[in-house]
Amino acid sequence: MLHKILPHPLLTLLLIVVWQMLVNKVTVGNLVLGAILGVIIPLITSPYWPNRPKLRSWPRIVEYVLVVLWDICVANVQVAWVILFKSNANTHPAWIAIPLDLRTPEAITVLAGTITMTPGTVSSDVSADGRSLLVHCLDAPDPDAVRDEIKARYEARLKEIFE
Amino acid sequence: MLAEIAISACLVISGVFGLVGSFGLIKLPDPMMRLHAPTKATTLGVGGALIASMLYFYFIVGQFSFHELMITLFLFLTAPITGHFIAKTHLHLLHKPEDLPPTGGARPWASYESDAERARIEAEAEGETGA
Repeated sequence: MLHKILPHPLLTLLLIVVWQMLVNKVTVGNLVLGAILGVIIPLITSPYWPNRPKLRSWPRIVEYVLVVLWDICVANVQVAWVILFKSNANTHPAWIAIPLDLRTPEAITVLAGTITMTPGTVSSDVSADGRSLLVHCLDAPDPDAVRDEIKARYEARLKEIFE
Repeated sequence: MLAEIAISACLVISGVFGLVGSFGLIKLPDPMMRLHAPTKATTLGVGGALIASMLYFYFIVGQFSFHELMITLFLFLTAPITGHFIAKTHLHLLHKPEDLPPTGGARPWASYESDAERARIEAEAEGETGA
């Protein structure tokens, strides 16, 4: 019964919190309106996620977010360095293919987003069978090292969270 | 006083990174490389301005503002998607499958598989699980 009204309790909670943040003031009226949105939106959108993945561990998710935030700061400085102080002849752009151990579509999406946000890499395409990612590097003298780092640093963590 | 220094520092950092990102658009030689400049150098550029705004509202105006957190969240959700679309357009227009590394499997990168081919393979897979 409860499952029918709230198909996705976490999404409901998230929508209530996001609504408070959007109106920027926590009042009873806003909480009620947020709760109404939090019930209606998951009900309407639930057909769009037939098999949602189980998240394994919350501390791991927090750890992953912190690692990515830190890497984004480092990435900004590195890319700025390449832009300002490296001549174009000395930068080595490269395409690399990353074979995926992840199978959950949601996990692959998160990995692709993370790759785009971090050091000099943009994820550009996925293979038609979903088994590898195509990544473009701004400056990669050693493409294999970049591939191994992405697999060890992000993919291994995501595998623990999603699978 | 200390708050003002922190706010100014954030604004200067954000300005510098915004400028470097824009400079990268001019300096880098090909479209795929140019894509790196705005997706990254501007994250810290926008982030610095947002942190400055939060500090200002908390210390100077005296109220806590959530809007900056929301902007950061939406930015982090949308920036990779924009980047992905630009990269994909670029793959379609200016690259051939031969230029790219192999996928390591039987099927090509998703941009180069025709709709008819995909429909055929998916129908086959469905037939196998159905039987």
